[in-house]
Amino acid sequence: MTEYLVLFVSAAIVNNYVLTRFLGLCIFFGVSKSLDASIGMGMAVTAVITVSSALAWLVYYLFLLPYQLTSLTIVIFVLLVASFVQLLEMVIKKYMPNLHKMWGIYLLLIATNCIALGVPLINVESGFNFLEALVNSFGSGVGFALAIILMASLREKLKLADVPKSLEGLGVAFILAGMLALSFCGFSGMISL
Amino acid sequence: MEIFIKMVALMGVIGLVFGVLLAFANKKFAIEMNPLIHTIEEILPKGQCGACGFPGCQAYAEAVVLDKDVAPDLCIPGKAEVARKVAELTGKQADVVESRVAKVRCSQPAGKSKLKYDYSGIKDCLAASLLQQGPKACKYGCIGLGTCERHCPFDAIKLNEDGLPIVDEKKCTGCGKCEEVCPNHVMAMIPIGAHVENICSSHDPGAVKRKYCAQPCIGCGICKKACPHGAIEIANGLAVIDKHICMEKCDDPVCVDKCPTKSLQLLREEVRNKS
Repeated sequence: MTEYLVLFVSAAIVNNYVLTRFLGLCIFFGVSKSLDASIGMGMAVTAVITVSSALAWLVYYLFLLPYQLTSLTIVIFVLLVASFVQLLEMVIKKYMPNLHKMWGIYLLLIATNCIALGVPLINVESGFNFLEALVNSFGSGVGFALAIILMASLREKLKLADVPKSLEGLGVAFILAGMLALSFCGFSGMISL
Repeated sequence: MEIFIKMVALMGVIGLVFGVLLAFANKKFAIEMNPLIHTIEEILPKGQCGACGFPGCQAYAEAVVLDKDVAPDLCIPGKAEVARKVAELTGKQADVVESRVAKVRCSQPAGKSKLKYDYSGIKDCLAASLLQQGPKACKYGCIGLGTCERHCPFDAIKLNEDGLPIVDEKKCTGCGKCEEVCPNHVMAMIPIGAHVENICSSHDPGAVKRKYCAQPCIGCGICKKACPHGAIEIANGLAVIDKHICMEKCDDPVCVDKCPTKSLQLLREEVRNKS
């Protein structure tokens, strides 16, 4: 049990995928302008990563590894994630229209995002078993949500600040992200897997 | 060679499975949506200003199609043209929509007027107005920190270099966002084609206003006496103009010429040429 907890904390905070591994940066900057949007995005990413990396794990260990096709891993995973997101979008649209209103556009943004591809890849590279892979992906989703919500809260405050003209908008957001990443570096070495 | 066949087979199978699955899901989870909603959404100006009372253009398009009590003329930025089209498509009756435009009712830019104190806080009128209704000596005037500029969904407001907002009448759709957000209610929505507007909104007594402002409305009532159509009233120390009477009857804006402080502004030069 502790092992899984450690894995979760490691994925969410210590090895935060956005702030220490720099994955998923495009949505991290694109959707962190307002807190509401970032909460929706964080939830959508968590859901997609968790389920799609479970799917990817199954395909990897049932087909790719037994038939020595590991050279195709990246291509197959892209295919899996993208089609799965499409499917998920349709199901949500039909049965949970409110959730769809909240997630709608973000879901399709995730389809080709590097974090949604990176987490399943890291799962199989680290040789996790199914449950470990599930915990790791859920943790990384939560880590992403944490990072984007922190960033959005900071950027909402930043709107009211007197920023030098040349740094307005994305410029100062990059500096801010750098500082956030530096502060997350403080956790590094706490857990080594 | 064998590995090559395996690769193709696996990719093919996965592609096929997902292809069939997605095609099946597309049918199975299809949602019937009234195509009219989409058509109407296309007609709306898509400023997402919320002037209609719904959160965004899509929500209004949905409501106006599905709910028969929602009027087709609620889109103010769309003006009469959009109201007419929406009414036609939904089979509802549209009232005539008055086209409006935003007008700044303050003549003194914050950068050039007398101040009560130096303000160096958050650059936002709403924040500044919490401290004694802003740093300007005139507590009714334009604070000049650009809250209206930031809230305009159509990019029609720009602050000039002294910090007075300038409305681009071509871009302004009259949605009223700036009027809502301005803490001192300096922004006012006036009908398009209005002749004259009072560009002072201070309710201080005339003598007080003169001390801090170069162009105040002192509420002297000269314009009220001069106007032959009775379009001007003095209320709370300010000349209030009924623009509809002006637009209907006036062909000689004597009020503007008589105003001793030049606080009444002629908006349409052609009104004078008519006579």
